[in-house]
Amino acid sequence: MKVIFRLVMVLVLCVGFRVQAQEMTPDALVKNVTDEVLQLIKQDKDIQSGSSRKLAELVDAKVLPHFNFARMAQLAVGKEWQKATPQQKQLVTAEFKTLLVRTYSTALADYKNQRINYKPTKFAPADQEVTVKTEILQPGGKPVQLYYALEKTDNGWKVFDVIVGEVSLVYNYRNDFTTEIRNSGFDGLITSLTAKNKSQDSKGSDRK
Amino acid sequence: MSDTGRMRTATSIFRPLLAGLALALLAGCASTAKTPADPYEGFNRKMFAVNEGLDAVVAKPLAKGYDAVTPLPVKAGVGNFFGNLGDAWIGGNNLLQGKLADGASDFGRLLMNSTMGLFGLFDVASEFGIEKHDEDFGQTLGRWGVGEGGYVFLPILGPRTLRDAGGWVVDSSVDPVRRYDDVPVRNSALGLRFVDIRASLLPADRVIEEAAFDKYSYIRDAYLQRRRSQVADGRISRQDD
Repeated sequence: MKVIFRLVMVLVLCVGFRVQAQEMTPDALVKNVTDEVLQLIKQDKDIQSGSSRKLAELVDAKVLPHFNFARMAQLAVGKEWQKATPQQKQLVTAEFKTLLVRTYSTALADYKNQRINYKPTKFAPADQEVTVKTEILQPGGKPVQLYYALEKTDNGWKVFDVIVGEVSLVYNYRNDFTTEIRNSGFDGLITSLTAKNKSQDSKGSDRK
Repeated sequence: MSDTGRMRTATSIFRPLLAGLALALLAGCASTAKTPADPYEGFNRKMFAVNEGLDAVVAKPLAKGYDAVTPLPVKAGVGNFFGNLGDAWIGGNNLLQGKLADGASDFGRLLMNSTMGLFGLFDVASEFGIEKHDEDFGQTLGRWGVGEGGYVFLPILGPRTLRDAGGWVVDSSVDPVRRYDDVPVRNSALGLRFVDIRASLLPADRVIEEAAFDKYSYIRDAYLQRRRSQVADGRISRQDD
C-alpha cells in the first residue's frame, strides 16, 4: 500500500511540477503550495499529535522542491561567498538547508487556528524576482507578515528568501556567518553548522 | 496616576538607561566593537543573560500557564482588548508621520471596535478588512530622521536601539493602561497584558531555539532588521552581494 501511495505521490508531483513550472505565477504557486500543505497538516493525525518525522516528510515532498537553497546560502554568507571552493559551497548549502528546513517545520508545527491572507502581488511579466506577501491572522494576536521572495528559473519560480515579521530568516545569519568565516574560515562555518544540526537532532530524539 | 507615581516611573525607566549608557560609553572607549550597530555588546550580553534567567523562572512559566488554562476565545478577547486600546496611539503616530489615511483608518478601527466590538473585545474592524497597523513613537522618530543610535538590551524591556528606548518612554507616558487611576486595576491590567504578550511569543521561542547559533546576536539582528523595515514601512531593498 505504502509503495503504491509513494508511487502515486511521485507521479502527482512530477505532473504537478511540470504544469507549475511552465504556467504558474509566483503568487499562485505560493498559494497552492501553502493551501495544500496546511490542508495536509490538518488532516494528518500523526502530525497533529506531534510527529516531527511525518512533518519533515511532508515538507520534503511538498515544499523543498520550490526552494533554491544555493541562492539562500549565498545570500546568508554575503561577500565572502566568492572565496569559497565549489565543495565548500556545496557543504554550506547542504547544512544550511537542514537548518532552515528544521526551522520552517518548527514554525509549521505550531499551525492551529491561524488563517492565511494572501495579499495582492504586483509584478510585470518580465520581472525576474517577485516578493509574494501573505499574512497570518491569529485570534487576538497581531497579524504576522510572511513574505516569500521568489526568482524565475528554467524550472519555474523558486523561493530564495522567507521574511517573517519583516525579518529575513536568511539574511539574519549574515553577521554570524561573516564572523565565523573571518575567525575560522569556511571550514569553521561548515563545522559549526554541522554541530548545530547535530545538537538539534539529539534534542529532537530526547523529546520523543 | 499621581504625579509622584509618574515621576517614580520615569526615574525607574531612566536609571537603567543612564546606567547602560554610561557603561556603554566606557565599553565603547575600551574596545573596538565587532558589530558597528552594537557598540555596547559586552554590557548587552550581560543584561541578556540576566533577562534569560528572569524569563526562565518568572515570565515564561506564567505565560505557559496562562496559555494552557485560558480558552481561546478568552485569549482572543484579551489580545483584542489591549490591541484596541493601542490603536489610538498607533493612529496618533500615523498622523505624526503624515500618513493621514492610515491614521484615520486607525481611529475608525478604534471607534468600530469600541462600540460594535464591545469595548474592544472583538476585532470587528479587521473582519471588515480595516487593517491593523503597527506604529510607535520610535518609528515616528525614525521617520523624522532621528538615527537609531547604538543597540541596547535591557532586562524585561528587551531589545531596543537608543532611539527606540526614547520612543518607548514616550509610548509609556501616553499608554492608557499606565495612566489608569485605580492602582490595583492598573497593575492587574499591566500584568495581564505582559503575560498575554509573552504568551504570544511562545511559538517564536521554539523557532529561535531551532534557528539561532547565538541567541543573543540572532535576536539583535532580527530586531534591527525589523525596526529598519518598520521605519521604512517595508520599502527596503535587499542587500544581495
